[in-house]
Amino acid sequence: MSQNADHVLDHFELFRGPEYKEMLANKREKFEDPCAAAEIERVREWTKTPEYREKNFGREALTINPAKACQPLGAVFAAVGFEGTLPFVHGSQGCVAYYRSHFSRHFKEPTSCVSSSMTEDAAVFGGLNNMVDGLANAYTLYKPKMISVSTTCMAEVIGDDLNAFIKGAKEKGSVPAEFDVPFAHTPAFVGSHITGYDNVMKGIVEHFWDGKAGTAPRLERVPNEKINFIGGFDGYTVGNLREVKRLLGLMGVEHTILADNSDTWDTPTDGEFRMYDGGTTLEDAANAVHAKGTISMQEFCTEKTLAYIAGKGHQVAAFNHPIGVAATDKFLMEISRITGKSIPEAITKERGRLVDAIGDSSAHIHGKKFALYGDPDLTLGLAGFLMELGAEPVHILSTNGGKAWAERVKALLESSPFGRNCHAYPGKDLWHMRSLLFTEPVDFLIGNTHGKYLERDTGTPLIRIGFPIFDRHHHHRYPVWGYQGGMNVLVWILDKIFDEIDRNTNVAGKNDFSFDIIR
Amino acid sequence: MAQLRQIAFYGKGGIGKSTTSQNTLAALAELGQRILIVGCDPKADSTRLILHAKAQDTILSLAAQQGSVEDLELEDVMKVGYKDIKCVESGGPEPGVGCAGRGVITSINFLEENGAYEDIDYVSYDVLGDVVCGGFAMPIRENKAQEIYIVMSGEMMAMYAANNISKGILKYANSGGVRLGGLICNERQTDKELELAEAMAKKLGTHLIYFVPRDNVVQHAELRRMTCIEYAPESKQSNHYRALAKKIHVNGGKGIIPTPITMDELEDMLMEHGIIKPIDEAIVGKTAAELAA
Repeated sequence: MSQNADHVLDHFELFRGPEYKEMLANKREKFEDPCAAAEIERVREWTKTPEYREKNFGREALTINPAKACQPLGAVFAAVGFEGTLPFVHGSQGCVAYYRSHFSRHFKEPTSCVSSSMTEDAAVFGGLNNMVDGLANAYTLYKPKMISVSTTCMAEVIGDDLNAFIKGAKEKGSVPAEFDVPFAHTPAFVGSHITGYDNVMKGIVEHFWDGKAGTAPRLERVPNEKINFIGGFDGYTVGNLREVKRLLGLMGVEHTILADNSDTWDTPTDGEFRMYDGGTTLEDAANAVHAKGTISMQEFCTEKTLAYIAGKGHQVAAFNHPIGVAATDKFLMEISRITGKSIPEAITKERGRLVDAIGDSSAHIHGKKFALYGDPDLTLGLAGFLMELGAEPVHILSTNGGKAWAERVKALLESSPFGRNCHAYPGKDLWHMRSLLFTEPVDFLIGNTHGKYLERDTGTPLIRIGFPIFDRHHHHRYPVWGYQGGMNVLVWILDKIFDEIDRNTNVAGKNDFSFDIIR
Repeated sequence: MAQLRQIAFYGKGGIGKSTTSQNTLAALAELGQRILIVGCDPKADSTRLILHAKAQDTILSLAAQQGSVEDLELEDVMKVGYKDIKCVESGGPEPGVGCAGRGVITSINFLEENGAYEDIDYVSYDVLGDVVCGGFAMPIRENKAQEIYIVMSGEMMAMYAANNISKGILKYANSGGVRLGGLICNERQTDKELELAEAMAKKLGTHLIYFVPRDNVVQHAELRRMTCIEYAPESKQSNHYRALAKKIHVNGGKGIIPTPITMDELEDMLMEHGIIKPIDEAIVGKTAAELAA
């Protein structure tokens, strides 16, 4: 029979047993009014044609599998990077369950976040009471050092005013008057997770620098020698921020990471539960106003934040998720220029090692065709690196990339002969990508976990780089920035290339004349 | 450059809010003020007299056509009319569907982010009806309108609406800087109108800043899709609007936190002025005899 307590079958085996196979086939025949197998096959084949692609790209009112998430997800991402900070989402509970599970599935760590639990009555009468009670409960139960408030669709549609509500809650004694409650409006139906990141990051620095919503004097900037570093919404934040701190340490650059979530999402298991681990201290966040300059690793994640910071008199520089030799060179040289610190020999050696590794493997990567999708900055960073390796990007797609992004991609492609046959697809989704992969096939696809369906349908091998990665563990602990980060990305790409070569040469007596030990 | 003044006109539907605001703003433009009108009414008729158009393309209808607000450019939505007054309409859904309040929020955010408030002296929001939801309160949030002018008349429901709007202002007055600039009475020729309007203003802790008399020339101008100021600049009515504009201009952003009253107090006030009689059972509902019949 199907199950017994001595030998419990999991879903991999259980549903392959004859009784389940029979039951599922019966269900289909008797209750699902199925199409004939031949018809399904015909349509499947039709979706691979250029004719279908044309219809697919003619879609106006339908999005299928968008490669983006909503603003509040980015809001939580930015908030948890500050010391002892509890993200407080003004909206219903289900939304918050999503942010928490999404991050936990990627980072394999819990993500603390609360909701104001808005229900029917809050939708009608406004969420002020939820804010008043919610802030009081969150403050009392979870003892945060700061509560960062953002919103969801519901609160935005009814027009709740966070500024007024938070002041009101403080007057009613929910939290002490001097307690830090920065806020940002983050309607989920506008922009994407990178917009939410930007809004919250700006909300928090504005809070500390511009007088804490009228409760403290504005900070007067007294420039010092430090620089601020903003990572942006990044699935590799744990590895990347640690790598950046190491590099800046080697250069002797005093810095503040704005929103350091590397410990939050990589907390040791040592017997002590930490609801909040690490994070940028609130004092550092406030003093960051005095910095000489601010670096953003992701331009499209920090458009408003960086404009605001530039307005404070900082030198600012924005990169597009720099990956590889040239991009890292540019990043380090910009830091060196702003701070006047030289790049030490140790880092130069790392550069040489990456160049060496690229040279060693060049024969296998050169001329390989790639499709990639993801956030605007990440796709730019990866495309730059691929061309540096001598690979040829062919399709670059970003659901949350707009006209400005497409222009930037075009300029990047024009800078190299390897970009000649490539197109940028702003605002498109993964169903568009499916058509692209069928009609203009490539050797490899780079994207997040959702790309596995494209890999299955189109047979294009997937290299998992992006966010979220749910079905492979721990890659977020490795950097993709810096020369060592470039090395990691190189290895991930090569591993897949070699796996594919082996897979295509492993039939004994047929093609295993190339099933070599040495590659 | 003088600091940007942000004002808003609120009032019951059909009270003549848009007419009063456009005439007043036209008069302000005559004084050399650079003005931006932000229509916050799904009907999108807050700018027709300035633009001489039926209704301009609204931010939300253009955004819906193009896919999203992010795809819009400022010059798509901003039109320039009489005396270089800049005009935008937020627009909104057809009656009975969607959420007009959200439209107001979306539009104002769009305008701010795209620099619509640069190089002007006045932003004027024209907002429909009572403050019916959070979205319609957007113009009175912190850093938006500093002073609200309520357009009303001697009719009971207009005063009721004025009182409701005051409640909305009160909600935001403590956390933000919004103040009630005063009442503007648009004459309906009801009994003891001026007296009532002044009494109402007193109850709310403010003053009646202007009593705009009724004059048919306004209708004639409207039919030509013009303000009275433009259509009949020499008319008495135009001078009234100029006087109102001057009062708003010299008010210089000042105002009070209103003290709204209860429905009972409002009825008491009408009684005091003899508009309604002290609980006259004969006029409240039907009599027992009538019901039995």
